[in-house]
Amino acid sequence: MWRGLWKLTWLEIKIFMREPLGALGTILMPVAIFIGLGRLAGSRRLNVPSSADSSLVRVDLPVFAAIMIAITAVLSLVTIISIYREGGILKRLRATPLRPQTILSAHVLVKLLLTAATLVLMVLAGKRYYPIANGVPVIAFTIALLISTASILSVGFVIASIVPTARFAQPIGAVILYPMLGLSGLFFPVTSLPPALQTVARVLPMTYAVSLLQGIWKGEAWSAHLGDVGALAVACLVCTALSAKLFRWE
Amino acid sequence: MTTGAPVIHVAGCRKTYGSTVAIDDVSFDVYDGEIFGLIGPNGAGKTTTMECVEGLRAPDRGTISVLGMNPIRDVYALQERTGVQLQQAQLQKRITVWEAVDLWASLYRKQTLDGSRLLEQLGLADKRNAWFMTLSGGQKQRLFIALALINDPDIVFLDELTTGLDPQSRRTIWELVRGIRERGKTVFLTTHLMEEAERLCDRVAIIDHGRIIDIDTPAGLVARHCPERAVELSTSDPDAVGRFQRIGCVDAVSHRDGTITIRGRGDDFVTEVIQCLSEHRIPVTDFRTILPTLEDVFLTVTGHSIRD
Repeated sequence: MWRGLWKLTWLEIKIFMREPLGALGTILMPVAIFIGLGRLAGSRRLNVPSSADSSLVRVDLPVFAAIMIAITAVLSLVTIISIYREGGILKRLRATPLRPQTILSAHVLVKLLLTAATLVLMVLAGKRYYPIANGVPVIAFTIALLISTASILSVGFVIASIVPTARFAQPIGAVILYPMLGLSGLFFPVTSLPPALQTVARVLPMTYAVSLLQGIWKGEAWSAHLGDVGALAVACLVCTALSAKLFRWE
Repeated sequence: MTTGAPVIHVAGCRKTYGSTVAIDDVSFDVYDGEIFGLIGPNGAGKTTTMECVEGLRAPDRGTISVLGMNPIRDVYALQERTGVQLQQAQLQKRITVWEAVDLWASLYRKQTLDGSRLLEQLGLADKRNAWFMTLSGGQKQRLFIALALINDPDIVFLDELTTGLDPQSRRTIWELVRGIRERGKTVFLTTHLMEEAERLCDRVAIIDHGRIIDIDTPAGLVARHCPERAVELSTSDPDAVGRFQRIGCVDAVSHRDGTITIRGRGDDFVTEVIQCLSEHRIPVTDFRTILPTLEDVFLTVTGHSIRD
């Protein structure tokens, strides 16, 4: 049933690392943004010490960077899937005993592993700029980020199912995902949005991902965030079912 | 060759895409150990037919049996025993030749062939660590042949294998395909190149506008649809035209610029022309036989050239 999964996953990681732009963009960009923002915020904090700023540095920036990792991974998945479809690679793989779910799962695994690796790099790099982050539950946060990424990846599969050509994959993905981030409560609380947008925000998995990541980063217990995890799981199931219906192999 | 039960049996297949009928009432059998070719112009329904047989597409109507299995229901069992080369397929740009062969080899339950030896046989040994994107068209096709053979299949499907290749690479590929038959495998291929079908296939089915028009050996199709042959020769003998006209199986003799064209039909036609030449000691400075090809057959049975 899952024959070839590990081999294909490992192969896709190697292939991904051979593409310099893809590897740089996915792993180094979020880390660079994180460090850059950290320095900016850090220097500002020296001039104007205020509780708002310190909350920004302590919680929002790391969560923003983490979400960026997830979004970058999802955009990269959407692009790769559409390139593979356009080039007939998906069809070629499908004409082997590889099961469809194995092919797609390998890509999800690659993205989750890259997400974890980027996070580790970010934590290491961040030690210098975010001394306050030392007490953060890194492992719990990593798990929270992987759950969030899996859920957003399922949204990515729906996007990958509907984009007409590889050329549109990145822009369409960005147009769908970044507004989700805007409504997620990371920049302004969801409650401060107009009621209609609040409703939209509450059905978007990004909102629950942000809530979960913020909570775990601050050291809150998982039990306080079961709702978020549940919502992410439901979003993941719904999107997976939806893309199973919509997905085109060629 | 065409004895015993067919390894592929297709009966009354129809497939539509929206309002377009891709194939209709397609029926044919492929027998063990032969190279069977589906020939027709682009858009005739070759790939659709092949993908239905491979189990990649479900026909709307009709029955297909491959090695006694239903290609849709038993697709995974069937894939263990078939090898597939798809039209215009690609692999990951930066996958190496060996990684592809190694991945494919790991996908099958049964014992697969030795990948290194296969690459050697296909002339790809020195390209082992090359990225797919750096391969030439011919090398890519040879890699796809390697991937289609890795599981030592009983049936190999080759869809438009040599399209876009230069004549020399094409000849190399033809040799490889004959080699597959020599290993006792059945080859089912599609092509829009009549020369390829003529040189490679034991039997061909002509398909046009989604329907099978005729099935036979290339020679059988030529004999049935285009029995006319012609001899073109040059001679200074003024009586030659008259003598040729008296040969029994000759239909017409024309004379232009010192070249005489004799048209006729039947297997004895060329022999009788030669006998006439020697009997009357007609001096000949040039002699050429013109035999009809599958190209002519296609034109005759469909009313249009395959390139239209």
